[in-house]
Amino acid sequence: MSDATVRAPGAAGVPGKVTDAAPAARTRRWRPKGSAVVMGLYLLFLMLPIYWLLNMSLKTNAEILGTFSLWPRDLTFANYEKILTDPSWYMGYVNSLIYVVMNTVISLAVALPAAYAFSRYSFMGDKHLFFWLLTNRMAPPAVFALPFFQLYSSVGLFDTHIAVALAHCLFNVPLAVWILEGFMRGVPKEIDETAYLDGYSFPKFFVKIFMPLIASGIGVAAFFCFMFSWVELLLSRTLTSVDAKPIAATMTRTVSASGLDWGVLAAAGVLTIVPGALVVFFVRNYIAKGFALGRV
Amino acid sequence: MNKTVNQKAWFLVLPVLVLVAFSAVIPLMTVVNYSVQDSFGDNVFFWAGLEWFRDMLQSERMWNALGRQLLFSAIILAIQIPLGIFVALNMPKKGVWASVCLVLMSLPLLIPWNVVGTIWQIFGRVDIGLLGHTLDALGIPYNYTQNTLAAWITVVVMDVWHWTSLVALLAYAGLQSIPDAYYQAAKIDQASRWKVFRYIELPKMAGVLMIAILLRFMDSFMIYTEPFVVTGGGPGNATTFLSIDLVKMALGQFDLGPAAAFSIMYFLTILLISWVFYTVMTNLDRQEGPQ
Repeated sequence: MSDATVRAPGAAGVPGKVTDAAPAARTRRWRPKGSAVVMGLYLLFLMLPIYWLLNMSLKTNAEILGTFSLWPRDLTFANYEKILTDPSWYMGYVNSLIYVVMNTVISLAVALPAAYAFSRYSFMGDKHLFFWLLTNRMAPPAVFALPFFQLYSSVGLFDTHIAVALAHCLFNVPLAVWILEGFMRGVPKEIDETAYLDGYSFPKFFVKIFMPLIASGIGVAAFFCFMFSWVELLLSRTLTSVDAKPIAATMTRTVSASGLDWGVLAAAGVLTIVPGALVVFFVRNYIAKGFALGRV
Repeated sequence: MNKTVNQKAWFLVLPVLVLVAFSAVIPLMTVVNYSVQDSFGDNVFFWAGLEWFRDMLQSERMWNALGRQLLFSAIILAIQIPLGIFVALNMPKKGVWASVCLVLMSLPLLIPWNVVGTIWQIFGRVDIGLLGHTLDALGIPYNYTQNTLAAWITVVVMDVWHWTSLVALLAYAGLQSIPDAYYQAAKIDQASRWKVFRYIELPKMAGVLMIAILLRFMDSFMIYTEPFVVTGGGPGNATTFLSIDLVKMALGQFDLGPAAAFSIMYFLTILLISWVFYTVMTNLDRQEGPQ
């Protein structure tokens, strides 16, 4: 590929001769072998830091600090054991999972009817509303950290799971509405009309006919709500102290008098990657659509 | 799709409206409230007008943070967009390897942001990290907690690692939508690889690339967690971006007035970019045509 790109600007400089300039004998490969090398290097670049984290999580602290090795010489699962047996550690995961699931359920429940309305009807202010939702997805959490803290403190929700779940609705509800709307517009309107002619009521039509049709969209929206709530730290850390402390905030705890407990920190990090890694396979073909808010 | 006018659709939107109003409008009004008032504590507030805004606009600290932020976003876009397109062009089109690539490339996108920070914090350390250790062994001085340039490089490489796949995935989705006939026509015309890219692939990717550019700009513009974990905004203030500075001001020093004024201006900037984003999105929908 490289020779083609180098030569091409020269060819482009001669207008009119562009297509004739290439000798007929020069056959082009559309996907040169070079692509495999490029992809290999890129994936290596992506995987190396993750591998290093995994590597560290399987070492003892003495080995991490004492010797430098590319793989664990003295394989140990002690770091994982510590996390999975110590409640102050594993409760972090439980807390995170609780608020993430709550958030996903709430987001989808309110986003489904709204997305349907946006995809099917036009009503007063619909465009403004749709735009306003988008601004919330784009809003910097840093702007909302302090007011959220005060709002949830004043209504007595501070340090509860529901507080974090509601706070994350700020960006997840708009995300879900946009993604679902993107999927729903692909369903022909005639289906709705036929169902109504057949005497289906709206709720019955929606649950029995429409939702199965956009099942993949619901799955993708759920995945993205889950993911964005799972990766967020700023708001969840600001809104919790003890009872609902997320794993991300627990991870800052490994700093003690004796220095950082690198092994446990790495193990905790690896465990936070697991949920995403487990389900990404199922949404691999929709992942671009999800990140692009249902467009693409 | 032709939409029917139906004002009752408002009822379907109502739950979203109430929920987002609770989690967005009320907090935002609190911010507006703080931005025009001053307090000596004890919850006694008095009217300060636009004083905080004037202060912030003259504050060197904010302009410096904004400058660093813009530089960061510019570098990020300059690296990630071309690299993402390049990767997308080299991805296998179908088959097992396409799936493997998709899954592996998505992985960094799904890692909690503070863990991304942790990964690079470990990776870059001279004593225990692969990157730091290798550079040190090669005789290149590298210390991201002391050296400004090293800190910047670390933060930028980290973000490239974290988000380039997003650009690549979007560009890939755009490429997938090009019918084979286009390539065949180009082949008959004996178009060069560059011509194929310039006149077939790039125009077809234009829509998704706009989305990619805007998403990357927005997200890099509000980056907080990753640099916070790796460098803590240091050395000195070298990697203190807007969000980090804002959180420092609001939750660290509890300077409510200035922080609120800062927030409002920050939010208005975001609003402006969102509007551009929205216009692009709706134009894209129209191009798709009725389905």
